[in-house]
Amino acid sequence: MNFDLRLPLGIIFSLFGGIFVVYGLISDPAIYARSLGFNVNLDWGLVLLAFGLIMLGLALKARTRR
Amino acid sequence: MTHPIVLGRIDYAILLLYFLFVLGIGWALKRGMKGSTEFFLSGRSIPVWITGLAFISANLGAQEVIGMAASGAKYGIMTSHFYWIGAIPAMVFLGIFMMPFYYGSRSRSVPEYLKLRFDEKTRGLNAVSFAVMTVFSSGISLYALAKLLEVLLGWDFNFSIAISAAIVLAYICLGGLTSAIYNEVLQFFMIVFGFTPLVWLGLRDVGGWGALKEKLIGVATSQHFAPGTWTESWRHVGSPGENPMGVEWFGLAMGLGFVLSFGYWCTDFLVVQRAMAANSMSAARRTPLIAAFPKMMFPFIVILPGMIAIALVQDPHSGFTLPASADGSPNYNMVIPMMLGHYLPSGLLGLGFTALMASFMSGMAGNVTAFNTVWTYDIYQSYFAPGKSDHHYLWMGRAATIFGVLLSVIAAYFAAKFNNIMDFLQLVFAFVNAPLFGTFLLGMFWKRANGHGAFFGLLAGMLAAALHHGLTLPIGEAAGIKGGWLGTVVHVYPSEMGQNFWTALVAWSTCMIVTIGVSLATARVKTDQDLTGLVYSLTPKPADQREPWYKKPVVLGLIVLAATITLNLIFA
Repeated sequence: MNFDLRLPLGIIFSLFGGIFVVYGLISDPAIYARSLGFNVNLDWGLVLLAFGLIMLGLALKARTRR
Repeated sequence: MTHPIVLGRIDYAILLLYFLFVLGIGWALKRGMKGSTEFFLSGRSIPVWITGLAFISANLGAQEVIGMAASGAKYGIMTSHFYWIGAIPAMVFLGIFMMPFYYGSRSRSVPEYLKLRFDEKTRGLNAVSFAVMTVFSSGISLYALAKLLEVLLGWDFNFSIAISAAIVLAYICLGGLTSAIYNEVLQFFMIVFGFTPLVWLGLRDVGGWGALKEKLIGVATSQHFAPGTWTESWRHVGSPGENPMGVEWFGLAMGLGFVLSFGYWCTDFLVVQRAMAANSMSAARRTPLIAAFPKMMFPFIVILPGMIAIALVQDPHSGFTLPASADGSPNYNMVIPMMLGHYLPSGLLGLGFTALMASFMSGMAGNVTAFNTVWTYDIYQSYFAPGKSDHHYLWMGRAATIFGVLLSVIAAYFAAKFNNIMDFLQLVFAFVNAPLFGTFLLGMFWKRANGHGAFFGLLAGMLAAALHHGLTLPIGEAAGIKGGWLGTVVHVYPSEMGQNFWTALVAWSTCMIVTIGVSLATARVKTDQDLTGLVYSLTPKPADQREPWYKKPVVLGLIVLAATITLNLIFA
């Protein structure tokens, strides 16, 4: 049988999000001159993390119901 | 030579993580591959939101991401016609009217539908031309990806081909269509999450939509068009000379909106296969309708970057440039890669770049999965080895995947060596595809249409497309690959796109007329009973009365159309 795709989606985007948040916190602020001064790694990392966690949550919820 | 994009360690880490993950999904799906139905049709068990997203991302390959951004720069918001009068209405038509026959007939592929509805020769013609076409499309994707990696990062061309082909091969062989579909959905989110920050930063940089409109006035007037040409999609289509696409409203609505888009979205097995993997008739019908919602938003992430880029290029203070192509004009195909390098810092750059690579690979994977199905069911099982065990066909599917990928690699090198031959092949495919929608339209809605009619209609349509192309030329082109190769030029079109739209229209009309004529002149072979489930008037209407309103295809279709009309009006 196929497995719930929300699980891998949740895992990969939580991972990506987590990596970007950490990298956003430790990276040299000078690299954000390109992105008009916004620390996009941190900001967008949080968005990815949120998306990943929501997907994980939905997948786990569906699993416990079954 | 310096390369436009420099990936840092973190970017490579993201790239590596993503592709390991992709292979992991294939590995995890391997346990479920018990028979050919699982491999080719995903056991018809995939939930509708997944088939819906896979439906659009199967087509979200190289040409979409790179090509639509390039068109956004060249033609502005008029490019949205490919979505808002092209793809969306066709997807609604597929979901409401055509899907019941594809899914309901239990045929396993589009060519197989043609066999059930018409006859063996019509299926053979479609299956063989489709199989050849998918291999070459997949090869072109592979070539474009390797070329891009070479230009952007300085990767070795051979290495890029080998690694990309190996990844695609591995995940399809492991998990079949399910693996391809899961990866397409993953890739869809990668594109959305990878490019959204790009559009946001670009738009912010030019000063918002209002300021972008101001800047694009300069782009339009410098090419002697009315000031709003780049930001108004419908106000400049009275005649072909008023807009950079060189098309007028009739060719646009009928050629692109009707024949080309319906032909692609309703009959191309590559996309239809995704809907056929759905877990119920209702889900299969909703697949293209659900897909239509994100699809109508794509112009904002694929066309808008092109418009931003051309505005930035015109502005001497922006520091943004596009590399020149061989003839000295700006290379619009580099819009997305150059914007990635310009705006995204190390980190997100890895994400955007991975998304770009993934889109090429999923374009390739989509073609390979469609190829292995059509090859195994419609060519191998029908003509070479009928009546073998299911296990045998599963084995054949895996083997077909391997030689499909190998043929793609050969096609990619072919493309690298003889660019003109690839242009020529794409032209031939255009001839082959143009009339197909006529055959399906008559097949599904007119029970009198028969096998002889369909076969000769298709042939006549292809011939008409070739003739039309051979007798016309886009303005300023020499006779040859662009048309006019029959010696006399009876009509000159203001643009290549205008010529394409009319080629499609001519092919489709010829196919319709010949199919009707030949069908009426020859005997009807199939009885009403044979055609139940295959023709509209002989098929019981699908009962979706018991479902809640938001699951009814007709209701969804109307919502989609209303939203599309609104978008057309906003950007008219």
